[in-house]
Amino acid sequence: MKPTRLALAAGMSVLALGAAACSSSSETSTGGTTGGSGDESDLTIGFLYVGPKDDYGYNQAAYEGSQAVQAAFPNAKILQAENVPETAEAETVMEDMIEQGADIIFPTSYGHLEFAQNVAKDHPDTIFVHQGGLEGEDKLDNLGTYFGTVYEPVYTAGVAAGEATESNKLGYVYAFPIPQTLANINAFALGAQSVNPDAEVIAVSTGSWCDPGLQAQAAKSLIDQGADVLTQHQDCTKTIIEAAEAAGAMSVGYHFDASDLAPNGWITGSEWNWGPLYTDIVQTVVDGKFVDSPYNGDFRVGLQTGDNPFVQSSYGSMVSAETQAKIDEIKQSFIDGGSPFAGPVLKQDGTIVWESGQQPTYEEVETMDFFVEGVTGKID
Amino acid sequence: MIEAVAIGAVAGGTSILLPTLGEVVSERSGVINLGTEGSMLAGALAAYIVGIQTGNPWIGIVAGLAAGAALAMVHAFFVLVRGANQIATGLVVTFLGLGLTAMFGQDYVGQGVVALENVPIPGLSQLPFVGPVLFDHDPITYLSLLAVPALWWFLARTKAGLRLRAAGERPQVLRTFGTNERTVRALAVTAGGALAGLGGAQLATAFTRNWSEGMTVGRGFVAVGLVIFAAWDPRKALIGAYLFSGAIALQLQLQAQGSDISRYLLSALPYLVVIVSLAALSRRRVNAAPEALDHVFEHAS
Repeated sequence: MKPTRLALAAGMSVLALGAAACSSSSETSTGGTTGGSGDESDLTIGFLYVGPKDDYGYNQAAYEGSQAVQAAFPNAKILQAENVPETAEAETVMEDMIEQGADIIFPTSYGHLEFAQNVAKDHPDTIFVHQGGLEGEDKLDNLGTYFGTVYEPVYTAGVAAGEATESNKLGYVYAFPIPQTLANINAFALGAQSVNPDAEVIAVSTGSWCDPGLQAQAAKSLIDQGADVLTQHQDCTKTIIEAAEAAGAMSVGYHFDASDLAPNGWITGSEWNWGPLYTDIVQTVVDGKFVDSPYNGDFRVGLQTGDNPFVQSSYGSMVSAETQAKIDEIKQSFIDGGSPFAGPVLKQDGTIVWESGQQPTYEEVETMDFFVEGVTGKID
Repeated sequence: MIEAVAIGAVAGGTSILLPTLGEVVSERSGVINLGTEGSMLAGALAAYIVGIQTGNPWIGIVAGLAAGAALAMVHAFFVLVRGANQIATGLVVTFLGLGLTAMFGQDYVGQGVVALENVPIPGLSQLPFVGPVLFDHDPITYLSLLAVPALWWFLARTKAGLRLRAAGERPQVLRTFGTNERTVRALAVTAGGALAGLGGAQLATAFTRNWSEGMTVGRGFVAVGLVIFAAWDPRKALIGAYLFSGAIALQLQLQAQGSDISRYLLSALPYLVVIVSLAALSRRRVNAAPEALDHVFEHAS
């Protein structure tokens, strides 16, 4: 073997080992040994994550949801698989889980859906519930999707930010103008404008879900423009929160409660709380009621229809009791049938999207492709 | 606006300048190191972890430097001792750095680090324009600014620098004087890795105060590209790194000002600016390449 090949082979085998170590599925716990109802003792539930389960973000939130399921069903066997790529490897991981007796599988990443659908067709006795996708043409009796309405707590955080700002400029760092991000930015702007008509949201794109170097520069450019509140839709959130705090600006978090990073400037934020929804899905399956339940379709839940798994983080000290009461009122209005996008909603150029009295469906929000009036930024 | 862009050029440029200087040292001795990205990540994570564990950012910086050097030594070993292909080995080293740091860094994502704070230089930082642009930064940024003339002087004016250049241009001459070019190259590659590690350390503990998987996002590869456009000259490396980082600052400032320019064009701006400016700046860059680098590509084919 030539030295060149040797070096390559050595490097590749190290990589292969690493990859193997990363994406192997493991059984964490079989829970309590005695007690609990007999019919759940042979219950096996598998969870797939696209990243590490401790990423302080999306995957960690899903992992914590699985721990809530374990707490609710102490005798259930929970299978965990981290770093499962959105490729055919996901099918292998799911087949492996079924071999280990999985009754329910939660593929939690957007790109796991088609692989879950493939496996679901071959295994009609296993229930698949996918996080964030839409089923499309293939309606299977053993598969469904679920998601929360991300933009509701973002709207109420916008209300708090609109009250807190003195410069009336709110900075928003985002990755790409995908519908979910646009819905967040627009909800934040509409929330701020609902209490502060002069509030302007400046949206800056880094073109990356996590490039801390660009985030630091983006935060700086927003502060230079006079923004005194910074928020974001990024996978790694620490840099922007720290940059805001260092510059004496305030921050609104995303994905997890970062109030300890910004003791002076923390307003509030939005974070996931999957536990109750996961547990209810599992209960539905255990009761044998999955087929034709709302979970056997594209299930979307917001305050209007139940408990939104996307919740508001703790408040910082500058949020007055009065503002908190106002936000509670707004949440109640959502529960009573309102929406952050209740008309009139206007696009950046002033054209009307939803008239007064109108409000979009979940699907219309999930296909949003514009900025609302009061947002500075360019989509293309 | 101009001042904000200039500040961004210097503040964000440090983590590009240092690995570029490192690559200049390595390539001047005749070794291309595409493992620079890996060295940066190793430096970033080591500085972050050691900084947290010791509570002292400076010990973290030293650890970052050492980690970058250590990964570069892997490159040096396979290339110089085992005679492996430089391009392939460098890429493997980068992926090794990505994988190892992702694994060891898992527990540190989002954790607080004792940051290396900005140290405004008394008096000078008060000057209009020049003050905030040049004299209100973290210590590593000052160090990187001093490293440019120091490295230029070392390469052009010292005996050791001459040996390094000889290893990259005419190794047989070096041999007649009793010096083994492989020793010189090993030292140069290691030093280059240390500079890349220092750049990563500055990115994590001073500029972003954050660790996340793959956080350098290609800065190491940008550095390798800049070396070619800088014609292997540390002074032009400075210009290249600051142009690149300045263009990033400019595009983000334009976005924040609500510019009408396409978002896609803006994000391509750093690359366009550097290619156009440095192509104009260094017409003779092809001749400037250390001769030994030619062999890399001959062997590769």
